[in-house]
Amino acid sequence: MTSSSRSIRDVVVVGGGHNGLACAALLARDGRNVLLLEADAELGGPARTEEFFPGFRASTAHLLNRFHPELVRLLALERHGLVLTGQPFMPSVALARDGNHLVLHGAYGEALTGASAAEQRAWRELRAQLLRQAGILKPFLARRPPEPGSRDPGDLIALGKAALALKRLGKEEMRDFLRVFLMNVNDLLDEQLTDLRLKGLLAFDAVLGSHLGPRSPTSLLGLYYRLAGEIGGAAGAQLVPRGGMASVVDALRQAAESAGATVLTGAPVSRILVEHGRATGVALADGQEVRAGCVVSAINPRSTFFDLVGAPALDTGFVRKVKNIRMKGDVAKLHLALDGVPDFPGLLPEDMGGRLVIAPSPDHVERAFNPAKYGAFSPEPVMEIVLPSLSDPAMAPAGCCTLSAVVQYAPHVLKEGWDVGRPKLLGAIMAQLEIYAPGIGGMVRHAELLTPADIEARYRMPGGHWHHGELQADQMLFSRPVSGWSGYDTPIEGLYLAGAGSHPGGGISGVPGMNAARRVMEGVR
Amino acid sequence: MNISRSSTSERLSAQAHFRTLRRDTPFQPRIDSLARTNDWYNWGGFRAPNSLWDEELEYFAIRSQCALFDISPMTKYSIEGPDAEAFCNRLTLRDVSKLKPGRVHYTAWCDDDGFVLDDGTLFRHSATRFRLCCQERHLPWLLDSAIGFDVSVEEETEQVAGLALQGPTSFACLRAAGFGGVERLKPFDLAQFPHENGQVTISRTGFTGDLGYELFIERDLALSLWDRLMEAGALHGIRAIGYAALNRARLEAGLIVANADFVPAESALRADRRRMPDEIGLGFMVDAGKGHFNGRRAILEARAKKKQRHVLVGLEIEGNIPAEHAIVYHRKSQEVGLVSAAMWSPMVKRNIAIASLDCPFGDTVTEDLWVEIYAMRELKYERLMKRAKVVPRPFMKLERRTATPPADF
Repeated sequence: MTSSSRSIRDVVVVGGGHNGLACAALLARDGRNVLLLEADAELGGPARTEEFFPGFRASTAHLLNRFHPELVRLLALERHGLVLTGQPFMPSVALARDGNHLVLHGAYGEALTGASAAEQRAWRELRAQLLRQAGILKPFLARRPPEPGSRDPGDLIALGKAALALKRLGKEEMRDFLRVFLMNVNDLLDEQLTDLRLKGLLAFDAVLGSHLGPRSPTSLLGLYYRLAGEIGGAAGAQLVPRGGMASVVDALRQAAESAGATVLTGAPVSRILVEHGRATGVALADGQEVRAGCVVSAINPRSTFFDLVGAPALDTGFVRKVKNIRMKGDVAKLHLALDGVPDFPGLLPEDMGGRLVIAPSPDHVERAFNPAKYGAFSPEPVMEIVLPSLSDPAMAPAGCCTLSAVVQYAPHVLKEGWDVGRPKLLGAIMAQLEIYAPGIGGMVRHAELLTPADIEARYRMPGGHWHHGELQADQMLFSRPVSGWSGYDTPIEGLYLAGAGSHPGGGISGVPGMNAARRVMEGVR
Repeated sequence: MNISRSSTSERLSAQAHFRTLRRDTPFQPRIDSLARTNDWYNWGGFRAPNSLWDEELEYFAIRSQCALFDISPMTKYSIEGPDAEAFCNRLTLRDVSKLKPGRVHYTAWCDDDGFVLDDGTLFRHSATRFRLCCQERHLPWLLDSAIGFDVSVEEETEQVAGLALQGPTSFACLRAAGFGGVERLKPFDLAQFPHENGQVTISRTGFTGDLGYELFIERDLALSLWDRLMEAGALHGIRAIGYAALNRARLEAGLIVANADFVPAESALRADRRRMPDEIGLGFMVDAGKGHFNGRRAILEARAKKKQRHVLVGLEIEGNIPAEHAIVYHRKSQEVGLVSAAMWSPMVKRNIAIASLDCPFGDTVTEDLWVEIYAMRELKYERLMKRAKVVPRPFMKLERRTATPPADF
């Protein structure tokens, strides 16, 4: 640290989450002298793997479904130990009370089992349609969002390409896409499907991570966002890489360090230094200052501007916009240390390693959402479950099992307070699990339930929101993180944003970090 | 102020002024009894006199005697706290660290894009206490501007009454009213004076280009202050006046008025009506070296890229017909701007105007400018094309405005 305190860096990256690491690695690879500063003792934020009980380990972000292939290629992450091929994609299982589960195999249901032949046909059509339509939006995710009214050639080309892609859909489907893309997912599913299990699963996926119910307008966008992701070239695919989520963080770190970046942990930044409207470096909590040609903040945008830059250094209108970014998380995370592998009656052994979803119907998901609007959680929460120790034995002691569940609809501000509410929510979750895996309650050695308030504190994510800002139409594309400043640069010259709060949003994609790195490389505005 | 404070409901309750459609000011009983013309206008939701007995004579009261004008409708904010100076510095264009306690300065503030939201006067009572006076209401903007500062901002428009006492005998009037020490006030000084069981703030400021003062007092003491001035001023020719007279005086002084000479950015419906400080003659306020302030980035960028599109100028127009809202032409043919205020000035004995012109006219091209005046003459417009000359503002300077101590009468 002493050596860097005196040196002048080309770039200081604040925040060692996967986006910060990706950005640092790309800039270092471009020949820049990069210093990355992570406040925590460990890198990776919610993607890191943590021991939550002696011998039991889990990652808060527990699977990959949108890690960008361009990033894997640019940073040669496979040479740095990331293995995304050679293993089957995880299936998604819509759990049913009676054990007649429905399974989407391959990349988001290339094959569907457990449903009627008619429903399988309907699903094939809907799946193809959703993937085609998500494909229209997909190119926008890997670049700066085009500004409305912009005459920038890149923007015009991107818009032109989208128009062309729309046209290629054919007149009827183009019309249909324009009809449905801001629709709610529930009504679209009702148009085309009948199986409640399948509709429940899709409705759950569409709203996962956002403060929307399946019947909320625009909820279909969440499903497009999900399907715009790909793994191993397969759209909609999901997996846990060999070596767990930690291997993503490790590979990014190695890529950054081997490209010459300095990566420091336990180095919280207290201030971004601004002189005459220009970022000139950072001050660390221990008082040291690091000068830099530019600063990239890969942490939350609100924290960046209010805590590190300070509102007084910004214009009031901008402060107002940042203040109004909606980022109240609505998702809790459960980690269970189990004595053994739980039994889900009716579930085939090969599907145990899949993503198990409790969302019996769109109505059920909607009902689970209702209390969240008023600061409460549902007595019947919906969730997705992964058993990471099945694919990676290192995640649990021999003979034991780790269960990791993302529990949807846990409002950041709980009316009764989380101290009182946490055990109640845990009870409600366990009651649901008990329905689908009878006896699981007796196997629990330890339960760790992270509420949005806990996620906020542990990972420095305001609101405990895993997207660092609601991912809804009003906070997407050129409105993310705020209108007028969606292109990774900020009103402070030489200060860039690279986190999930920027376009396109969250999930372990690395895209905000990648896009931001490109913006920095483009140089002066 | 931290981010979560001042919830929506708190903000709404702090802005209930609009629920009363035409408010009275604390001086209304006195003004009503003097209002022989019954000529009212709406000043920011207040019932205010345009004239009281004779517009012409009211104007000459400003220039020859002393005129008492109710400025209570002016929007007023109290700004207080350890960071009050830093807050004002970020909010406004001028360097507030140069504004000493007991002083007032004329300033303006902008939005992020560098467009002027309003102009006004900033009164510094102490190291940590200010009053901001202006035309428009700005509470939400001020509260959002307070995020990150240890400062409180409160609306005090209704609580604080204000009077402008302007004219050559205004000092004599104050002295006769017993405000000892007021002779020491230099232009833009302010001080507190006892009145009844309270305090009146008297500043040597005004909107007339003449010797004059502004007095601020809590509303309960307003009427007794009015009476004290009227009584003491009787032998000094004190007269209550309406806005029409003041508007003439301010034009001679070359001062601009929000909503008359420029459209405040927040109320402009058309994007091209917004103006940067440089475009309405307020560029002198911009202090690029003082640190960050709202609009700094946009203003400096516009300067660097020479993007100034308008210029506000003083005009002298041949003849004696006021050119109010006349179109300005180059070579009598190309439309290049609009007159926003105009009069025949009895003080400078010239036909004067303030106009906004499209660059480069009025900026680098100042020759061959004309105004087209439509003079209604018994149901027929006489169309006049009169030559206009760009002249510096103010149109006149009065020694008595700045002489300290001021002349006694």
